[in-house]
Amino acid sequence: MLDFLFAPLRKLGHMTINAIWRLGYISRFLVALLAASGQSVRRFSLVIREVYFAGVLSLIIIVVSGLFVGMVLGLQGYNTLARFGSSDALGAMVALALLRELGPVLAALLFASRSGSAMTAEIGLMKATEQLDAMNMMAVNPLARVIAPRFWAGVISMPVLAALFNVMGIFGGYLVGVVMIGIDEGTYWSQTRNAVDLHYDIVNGLVKSLFFGIAVTLIAVFEGHEATPTAAGVSAATTRTVVTSALVILALDFILTAFMF
Amino acid sequence: MSIDPFIELRNVSFAYGERLILKNINLTIPRGKLVAVMGGSGSGKTTLLRLISGQFRAKHGEVIVDGKNVGAMNQRELFEHRRRMGLLFQFGALFTDLTVFENIAFPIREHTRLPEAMIRDLVTLKLNAVGLRGTQDLMPAELSGGMARRIALARAIALDPALMLYDEPFTGLDPISLGVIAHLIKKLNDALGTTAIMVTHDVHTSLDIVDHVYFVSNGEIVAEGTPDEVRASPSPWVHQFVYGEADGPVHFAFPAKTRLEEDLGLGQGGHHA
Amino acid sequence: MLKRSTIDLWVGIFVAIGIASIAFLSLKVANLTPQSADKTYEIYADFDNIGGLKVKAPVKSSGVLVGRVSAIALDTKRFVAHVTLTMDGQFEFSRDTSAEILTSGLLGEQYIGLTQGGDPENLKKGDTITLTSSALVLEQLIGKFMTSFAEKGASGGHTDASAAN
Repeated sequence: MLDFLFAPLRKLGHMTINAIWRLGYISRFLVALLAASGQSVRRFSLVIREVYFAGVLSLIIIVVSGLFVGMVLGLQGYNTLARFGSSDALGAMVALALLRELGPVLAALLFASRSGSAMTAEIGLMKATEQLDAMNMMAVNPLARVIAPRFWAGVISMPVLAALFNVMGIFGGYLVGVVMIGIDEGTYWSQTRNAVDLHYDIVNGLVKSLFFGIAVTLIAVFEGHEATPTAAGVSAATTRTVVTSALVILALDFILTAFMF
Repeated sequence: MSIDPFIELRNVSFAYGERLILKNINLTIPRGKLVAVMGGSGSGKTTLLRLISGQFRAKHGEVIVDGKNVGAMNQRELFEHRRRMGLLFQFGALFTDLTVFENIAFPIREHTRLPEAMIRDLVTLKLNAVGLRGTQDLMPAELSGGMARRIALARAIALDPALMLYDEPFTGLDPISLGVIAHLIKKLNDALGTTAIMVTHDVHTSLDIVDHVYFVSNGEIVAEGTPDEVRASPSPWVHQFVYGEADGPVHFAFPAKTRLEEDLGLGQGGHHA
Repeated sequence: MLKRSTIDLWVGIFVAIGIASIAFLSLKVANLTPQSADKTYEIYADFDNIGGLKVKAPVKSSGVLVGRVSAIALDTKRFVAHVTLTMDGQFEFSRDTSAEILTSGLLGEQYIGLTQGGDPENLKKGDTITLTSSALVLEQLIGKFMTSFAEKGASGGHTDASAAN
């Protein structure tokens, strides 16, 4: 009788339990993955190959996006700061915004949609075409041979991409601020250097991106490994990778920021 | 018939949750023989292969391969067991990101420390054995279905296994490729002295090459014998299967719980509430 | 498909880009002030009111950066702000140096300005600067101004009344 009331409640409860179940499962997956990582160290060429696919092939999108984000920050920041007569602080604003937040977060979001989804699709497809089974039957652990190298490649690539994103963004801000608008170059850099602290801003930003790298790659390989082995299943898993990664990046960013700054 | 059993299944049962797949299977395969397990789709024959390869564990009974109980193996022993076993997957399951050469070299690289030159020689020999020398640098996507199956076969025999498992090796092949694969399976078995089990529902090709046939239906072994015995079998079930008749002991229609008239809403019409 | 050596080369370039980026950020963007413990020393200064002074605020002398505020605490016995300054080891100041809290520009950030005194002895690690002047708090300034204005008005009224008397 009150089904219309209880049905959504029941669904919510079901979703919560499912989420907790997945969290426990992904934790167990991470432990198994770390336990199987020995081979990734011994045969580092496997990891290098995956760094090529996850990192090197993401360079273009990171460079272009970073440049544009920095340029937009420069324009918007200038308009706002000029109202308070402190357009000199543009360099500091662009650099801090990028180093602390935008660099790690945007680079991670781009990485999740470019490389994370590709990893999920690739592993899911290998599962659907029985390639993972075939490995198992050849007495090769797919966790060690396929999953772990991709995981470590993602963890290595992410901070590099975030650092590059920051550099490109700061360069973009410089292009707009100094070259286009005409803020004095010396003032621009000195304001920046005065505001940016090596430990607080740069190291913390890189630590953030390292966390994001671990989270995104773990989600990507987990979703691929657990995908329903059909075309529809792989596509659903790919979508889940991008959506879950985005949510986790933003939530994790909040938590890390609360701890760091 | 057997003096030296290589594989023995004793009273084996297996179930997915509540659904019973295999019931009380007893089966013996002598060393060096090529045996076919036949049955319709969903009869549990692929499950039988997975029990032997150790992907599944029997609920009851024992699966003995070369004197060792597969069901009681831990992960390390299981990998040891699989290292001496080759499995040809239904659709080959080639690694799509590796070349043909690297696919065949894969088990050799993973399990041995042979020098590169020796790996190249071994791969070339295996490719020659399946008649595809010269395809080393192709990617699996560039191969036809029959060629891919032959490369997968070369990969499965890369480490000269003592036991070969074939999961539906003939599915989806044109008649010529089918004949080639059948010929290769027979030839490899004779040349290497491998014990082999083939799960298939391609009756005529299999009967030409195997030493012994088991028929599985609804999780039970319903008939067995040499190809000649099977062809002449008086059993109506075997007759229906071997000659591919649409109706017989295995009914054409699914045993639906309602009558057709009811489903169409005719007759005593029930579902209009 | 790329040859393995080509992949190695690209990954090498990739890692080099990463290292170069971090180096650029550290050297060009960040202020690589000496942070190591052996090159800095800590001194203290007590203020009645620090206004909006924050941890990490610069410590300047004649406008030159000589250190940073590393901690701010409240001395609960005397109820003054106890500020820790981490000074760059290459700068030394006399013991009667005075510290004041200044503001860069009208609305800018607050910093501590040090003015060298005449004492031949220098401040050592752990010393406290005694000559301090607090931050200018805008509200208090306005408040003072208003009070003095009101006082002026009140005394004015009084003279009027006495005249009428």
